[in-house]
Amino acid sequence: MRKRLSALLISVLALSACGSGGDDSSSEGAAAASCAPSSGPVTLTYTTWIPGIENVVKAWNDKNPNIQVKVQTGPNGNGGTYQNFFNQLKAGNTPDLGHIEYDALPSFRVQDGLFDVASCDIVAKAKDQFIPWTWNQVSFGDDKSAWGIPQDSGPMALFYRADLFEKNGIPVPKTWDEYAAAAEKVKAAGGYITNFSQSDINQFAGFAWQAGGRWFANDGQQWTVNLTDDKTKKVADYWQNLISKKLVSTVPPWTTEWDNAYNSSSAWTWVSAVWGANSIMSGAPKTAGKWRVAPMPQWSAGESIAGNWGGSATAIFKTSKHPYEAAQFALWLNTSEEALGLLNKEAQLYPATTAGTKYSYLANPVEFYGDQKIYEVFAQAATEVTPDFTWGPTMTSTYANASDGFKAAVSGSGTLTDALTSAQKSTIDTLKSQAIPVKE
Amino acid sequence: MLVMAVCTLYFLVPIWWLFVGASKSSDQFTSTNPLWFADFDLFANIGDLIAYRDGVFLRWMLNSLLYTGGAALLGTVLAAMCGYALAKYRFRGRELLFNVVLSGVLVPATALALPLFLLFSKVDATNTFWAVFLPSLVNPFGVYLARIYATASVPDELLEAARIDGSGEIRTFFKVATRLMFPALVTIFLFHFVAVWNNFLLPLIMLSDERLFPVTLGLYTWNTQVNQIPELRGLVIIGALLSITPLVVAFLLLQRFWRNGLGAGAVK
Repeated sequence: MRKRLSALLISVLALSACGSGGDDSSSEGAAAASCAPSSGPVTLTYTTWIPGIENVVKAWNDKNPNIQVKVQTGPNGNGGTYQNFFNQLKAGNTPDLGHIEYDALPSFRVQDGLFDVASCDIVAKAKDQFIPWTWNQVSFGDDKSAWGIPQDSGPMALFYRADLFEKNGIPVPKTWDEYAAAAEKVKAAGGYITNFSQSDINQFAGFAWQAGGRWFANDGQQWTVNLTDDKTKKVADYWQNLISKKLVSTVPPWTTEWDNAYNSSSAWTWVSAVWGANSIMSGAPKTAGKWRVAPMPQWSAGESIAGNWGGSATAIFKTSKHPYEAAQFALWLNTSEEALGLLNKEAQLYPATTAGTKYSYLANPVEFYGDQKIYEVFAQAATEVTPDFTWGPTMTSTYANASDGFKAAVSGSGTLTDALTSAQKSTIDTLKSQAIPVKE
Repeated sequence: MLVMAVCTLYFLVPIWWLFVGASKSSDQFTSTNPLWFADFDLFANIGDLIAYRDGVFLRWMLNSLLYTGGAALLGTVLAAMCGYALAKYRFRGRELLFNVVLSGVLVPATALALPLFLLFSKVDATNTFWAVFLPSLVNPFGVYLARIYATASVPDELLEAARIDGSGEIRTFFKVATRLMFPALVTIFLFHFVAVWNNFLLPLIMLSDERLFPVTLGLYTWNTQVNQIPELRGLVIIGALLSITPLVVAFLLLQRFWRNGLGAGAVK
């Protein structure tokens, strides 16, 4: 229903999204005028599903009697909150601020739901505090605009069972070739090197991101979809090989089965994002003290490039009446040591600012990881993520299509590349059905 | 007999699994037999659940009871009045009205959620108790059932007698008709209760204030956060166990009437 109604709107906006200079400067002029402080006390609403966010917001409310923030909540984005945002955009009653993951931002942008925060001088000044690639995730590579304030990031690294690797005399892999070789030895020792995430495509996206795959691009006129570029194919073939040889297990992610694979020492490594540290800790309590973290395996020896898995932004909706105050709050939330510390404590969010990755709470040794200072590895990885990966405007359906194909591939029918080829085709179809200009 | 045993097993095993799962600590949950007990931690788990986020779970349970119990009770009265009127009064457009109501049975509640959201947005009433409560009062199937039962079980002669004795129409309805229709009303109440309890999409779309959530939405919200906060998985399981208890209790208490109602309908 929504799709048809806004089809016209989308086509116009997608065209002007990063578009021609003349149009942009006039609309930016208007937006800049609207990013002015309001007079008198202001109440903002902020919808997010971050656990424990109330405690973070309370710290702000205590200090800012004139800008009070009210928290609203719901299921995670794809679980319903994004759909709610779209409904609210149509009804004109969105919250002032919303939590939107990087991969969903373009879909809100295409529907013209977001306020350009770059038009606020305080935001433009704060830009340099963010790790450049996280800023790229909200600016879509355009210097003049930004569609949210980066909140957290998910630089990836290799979690591995140091005890098992040592006992079996397997060196910790530094490249993907070594990783595949290690997989054979792990299998011989009765384990699996890892569990391939068959239904959560985001992990695969992180691998492709590291390898240099670029799935989407927007030249200001139209979108290009390229789920099957050479780099992505290389990654797909690599994992297909491990799956075909049964060197990886393939239980569905985020299930008790999956936890159990780690808890019972059947899976030995996990190439995952920084927040994975907590997943292992609570999913595999029996393995305490045995895990370590190393940089992500590389495609060429000697390189140091990391992928990213996850991360989100605090966006301001176009319908907000107080964008300036909303931007003030969003900046405090995502750059101040106090707020970032609280977010990390309540929800293990990993900051998107350069200074944030060096704060003291991320410098401590972690007992579960044998007192390794694991966040130093991630702080390094955060600087090694390549900056120009762009998400498409219909990721939900792209993920759904690709994950159907991945599930088929792990059960032996078709390959990962087949799955990507068919996701490529259906993504283009989805874009066309929503009247978003796309190059074929 | 064997078929029945298999069916019983099929329905009971998930509940058994839920009960066993709810009694385990989180590390035993993944590492022990899913269909048999490990250390019995049920009460400690319930304690954790109730303590989590200042007892928001209890609030959700209370909300659910208010939404479903309240809407089912009021909705049953409305459906009974409507069905009774359609069965016992003659007026122009009666059949048309009945057919319109009946066609409402065919419209799934999920299809109405978004239009309702837009309507409530117009009057600025989204994210309130009423946004979920008011739409839940409507129950076309209840009207249909009430009409059938009223036709079958409330004799016109009895209503005539009441009128001659000087009873007003409203009094006649509450004092005479509802007594005769009682088994039907229980059936309507149960159907309505379950329908509102299971109508998940409406609160999902309408509500963004955690304090207003029904328990189904609250648990779903937690469940979507499991990959961020894995501890929540245990709470979701215990919460699910506790949240089905009101339904079980409602059915156990009311099934006696329900069976009577079905039997009465059969004889007529």
